[in-house]
Amino acid sequence: MLRLPRFSYLRPGSVAEAAQVLSEYGSRAMVMAGGTDLLPKMKRGQIEPEVVISLGHLDELRQIRAVSDGGFEIGACVTLAEVVSSSELRAAYPGYVRAAALVSSPALRNAGTIGGNLCVDTRCNYYDESYEWRKALGFCMKKDGDICRVAPASATCRAIASSDTAPAAMSMQATVVLVGPKGMREVPVASLYQDDGQFYMTKAADEILVSLRMPDPGRWKSSYVKVRNRGSIDFPLAGVAVALQLSGPVVDDCRIIITAVGPQPLDVSHAAQPLLGNRIDDTILEEVAAEAAKPARPLDNADLSYVWRKRMTRRAIEQAVREAAEVA
Amino acid sequence: MTTVANDRNTDLRVIGKSLPRVDAVGKLIGLTAYADDIELPGTLFCKLLRSHHPHARVLSIDTSAALAMEGVVAVITGVDLPIKYGIMPTSQDEHALENEKVRFVGDPVAAVAAVDEETALAACRVIEVVYEPLEAIESIEHALLPPTDEPIHDYAGPGNIHRMGALEFGEVDEGFAKSSFIREDVFFYEGNTHLPMEQHSAIATYVGDQLTLWSSTQNPHYVHRALSRVFDMPMGHIRVVAAPHGGGFGGKSDPFSHEMAVSKLAMITGRPVKCTLTREEVFYVHRGRHPVLMWVRTGVSQDGKILAMHFRTALDGGAYGSYGPASMLYTGALQTTTYNIPAYRFEGVRVFTNKAPCGPKRGHGTPQPRFALELHLDKIAESIGLDPVELRRRNYVKPYSRTINHLRITSCGIEEVTDQVINASRYHERKKQLGHGMGFAVSSYMCGAGLPIYWNKLPHSECIIQVNRGGVSLYCGATDIGQGSDTVLATVAAEQLGLWPTDIRIVSGDTGLTPVDLGSYSSRVTFMAGNAALQAAKEMRDILVEVVAEKMECSPGDVMVGEGKIGELSFEDAALLAQERLGVLTTRGSYTPPRDIGGKYKAAGVGPSPAYSYSAAVVDLNADPYSGEIRLNKVWIAHDIGRSINSLAVKGQVEGGVYMGLSEAMMEGQLYRNGLHKQPSMLDYKSFTFLEMPEVETFLVDTVDLEGPYGAKEAGQGPLLPVIPAVVSAVYDALGVWVDEVPITPDKIMRALDARAKGREGRYGPKKFPQISYPPIVKVPPFDATSSAF
Repeated sequence: MLRLPRFSYLRPGSVAEAAQVLSEYGSRAMVMAGGTDLLPKMKRGQIEPEVVISLGHLDELRQIRAVSDGGFEIGACVTLAEVVSSSELRAAYPGYVRAAALVSSPALRNAGTIGGNLCVDTRCNYYDESYEWRKALGFCMKKDGDICRVAPASATCRAIASSDTAPAAMSMQATVVLVGPKGMREVPVASLYQDDGQFYMTKAADEILVSLRMPDPGRWKSSYVKVRNRGSIDFPLAGVAVALQLSGPVVDDCRIIITAVGPQPLDVSHAAQPLLGNRIDDTILEEVAAEAAKPARPLDNADLSYVWRKRMTRRAIEQAVREAAEVA
Repeated sequence: MTTVANDRNTDLRVIGKSLPRVDAVGKLIGLTAYADDIELPGTLFCKLLRSHHPHARVLSIDTSAALAMEGVVAVITGVDLPIKYGIMPTSQDEHALENEKVRFVGDPVAAVAAVDEETALAACRVIEVVYEPLEAIESIEHALLPPTDEPIHDYAGPGNIHRMGALEFGEVDEGFAKSSFIREDVFFYEGNTHLPMEQHSAIATYVGDQLTLWSSTQNPHYVHRALSRVFDMPMGHIRVVAAPHGGGFGGKSDPFSHEMAVSKLAMITGRPVKCTLTREEVFYVHRGRHPVLMWVRTGVSQDGKILAMHFRTALDGGAYGSYGPASMLYTGALQTTTYNIPAYRFEGVRVFTNKAPCGPKRGHGTPQPRFALELHLDKIAESIGLDPVELRRRNYVKPYSRTINHLRITSCGIEEVTDQVINASRYHERKKQLGHGMGFAVSSYMCGAGLPIYWNKLPHSECIIQVNRGGVSLYCGATDIGQGSDTVLATVAAEQLGLWPTDIRIVSGDTGLTPVDLGSYSSRVTFMAGNAALQAAKEMRDILVEVVAEKMECSPGDVMVGEGKIGELSFEDAALLAQERLGVLTTRGSYTPPRDIGGKYKAAGVGPSPAYSYSAAVVDLNADPYSGEIRLNKVWIAHDIGRSINSLAVKGQVEGGVYMGLSEAMMEGQLYRNGLHKQPSMLDYKSFTFLEMPEVETFLVDTVDLEGPYGAKEAGQGPLLPVIPAVVSAVYDALGVWVDEVPITPDKIMRALDARAKGREGRYGPKKFPQISYPPIVKVPPFDATSSAF
């Protein structure tokens, strides 16, 4: 079988110590929570840290806390399964919890964490195989090479944003807490990502994502729709998170985030304009979905044809808006 | 599950019962030692260095850096293994390690034995191979053109053509001339792989001139021969043991490089050497379903009777011969075992390409033409305004008949399996409704190939039963690859000896300890090894009965056998008494198929079988008219099993076949991009999960075959076959568009819907069949019983 390469494994006693150690090793180290993304990628030589700093055992990262402003703070090492089984979170953020429930398979949700899912590597079928395979194909700029294999003219890597929970958190305007050598800072989830599949996160390499802060949901109803080939295991071929405020049947406000159609999740809420002040109907929804799906740029680097994925993005947008409106 | 019994034989005590398999407990509690679990002192671990090029000359290989690494004990290359081998006598085209040229990404060029896998892998990475890349052939169409550099192989040809065949039975032109309706269609079936749970693994020892190889192989008999050839060693110095198996499906039927490499490395180092493939390597080793392009033309009479059929196939064989000559002929052989085709012409070609070699996968060479044939008949039925089930019924073969290509049909439950699924699914009562559809198809499969893979006159299967110390051991070369053959053998013997299957100790799949069985391929084991076991068990029963009759002073006919007793004695007492009188007791049984089951023309060896199973399926599904996404609702499957030896095991095989058929119908594809396998991982090579699997209702139809053991026929392969066309047919029923290509994925359905919306034909699939210079047609005279001597 594929074996893990040799590496040093560190088990710090606190977040502060973890941050300290990470800043010492810099880019030679990776932090690990559930390990469900990192360890297979280390086996395939896609990520080659000399040092792995474990976070999963730290109790301070494993709490779900209700906070005074009506929101919740979720520690980065809370597992996806724990989020799914939290009735409070499900009541407040049905879209986010749905997204967590649709990540991978039951076994991997028991190990995988919410912090890990926000940081999950971008995916591309020119990249997600073993070292030997990538050598046979020719390496790409994301690892060991210098061009983008799916879009050779592109100056940046076009690997696909593949976190299900990121768009759902963005739709609630959630923030994350980062701890680094310069201390702690809080940034919107929306600003965590950028349009580059290789350097897909804006956080510094020596910063640790320690928690997700979900604001008071207030009147926001939410949903998440995932398009994929199979009913389990698969990463999204398209993902749509919607948050909606209604007065009776009339839409007051609507946020739409789409993912897995490019290197970063995209806020396309501007497209929801025609819905505002109106009831949800087929004609408006079709118009909104067509506009919202415009920035989707699926390429031939995932399962099924990109034409199908683009069209399914529209379908998923319509479905997500309807589902958000139906949430009790 | 429903069993439809034509026969009311209630004497049987264990045959046909729904019982756990004899190997179930060991597997459940994790005590079964698969090849990779075998731990021997001082074992070295082997890794193969595989080619990164699809097609290249090997200019040089420098292993010095690898040999210098700490922990590396030996490194070998093609120089150390110069003798070629291959499963078929006509395709001895593989080197265990290629020294002159590589033919696909994954072709092995060197092997390292080291103290652990990490070291072996690291050593492989420092071996320097200089390649000179050659033009890579990636498709059937490409392979049909004259090569710009050089052909992939220096045999066969012209160019990259591996094998061709052209046969005609009956008067085809005349049949078309008489037809009132003629239709032509083109289909494509994408290749796919077996995806066994267990990756291939082998471990070898070499002690005192004796080589022993434990391997996850389906065919120890053929691996034994290949090792003898490659090492130029006497058969008597080689023992091949088929380790308990984690799934074969045809993928472990060839002799493999890693088996040769660990054997050679064990000889060099004097230590045990083990090699377990990674999942990625399993995709490269492959030997799976051939991609096949097909063209079929059929003429029917006014009332829907088939008058003539012309079937053309072109198979993408990948880089080596493997079972290819047989695979090619199988794409033309079994059309006639379901339908009475009075005039039939077949032309086939298999080409070499620079892809992982194709070979046999469950249904070997027949799922592709079955898919094409069944959909083609659906289209004919629609064209002439006949119900598709009725069209088929008008053409069904009759039991105890002879096909136009000389195949002997015996027991045949094709009508019964059709009735079962059509009635249970209420197929004819369905309402026409956009987005909902049902599809029906039938099929047939062999109960073992009539001829061995290489010409020899050994029995196809032999069993020894030994009664010793009051217990029973059964020795047979058959290999339990998860299909349950050990259970079949134990059950057959238990029935005769009045015991329970778990009372019989089975020793199987070991060329050092067991007599010949050709292997677990072509659905042959229940029929052939079952008959051998039955003969040996009957003889043993006679011996025991006679000894007990003598003691009881009665006639043997008055000695009852059953419930663990022989007459008045317990089985154990009877066995000990017999051993006191006669010494250790052994009986033998053997089976060779009858000679008159096929024709004697060239290529007649592919298709004949001592019996054929029949299957029918109805698939019920919803298909989304926007997205093309399919939700399966239910599958009804009926299978003519002859008689079940163990109905639980049969049901497992039937449902497993349905599962595999659905998954390859809707998802699976061994796809390539730039000469490289596109997705050699279980995450990205999509196959069904539990969630895609619908409810399956299984009907077992007993036709009690006159030659099968207790009337049994096969279950391992046949039930997969009708499922695939039934899915595609159901999609047409739901949406009114044809996808003449497998897998039928949502994006293909969407393209067919788009085409229709734009006023074009609502179809996705190959547009045309390439121009192929098939050889001149060989017109085969009608079957002549007196001269048949195949």
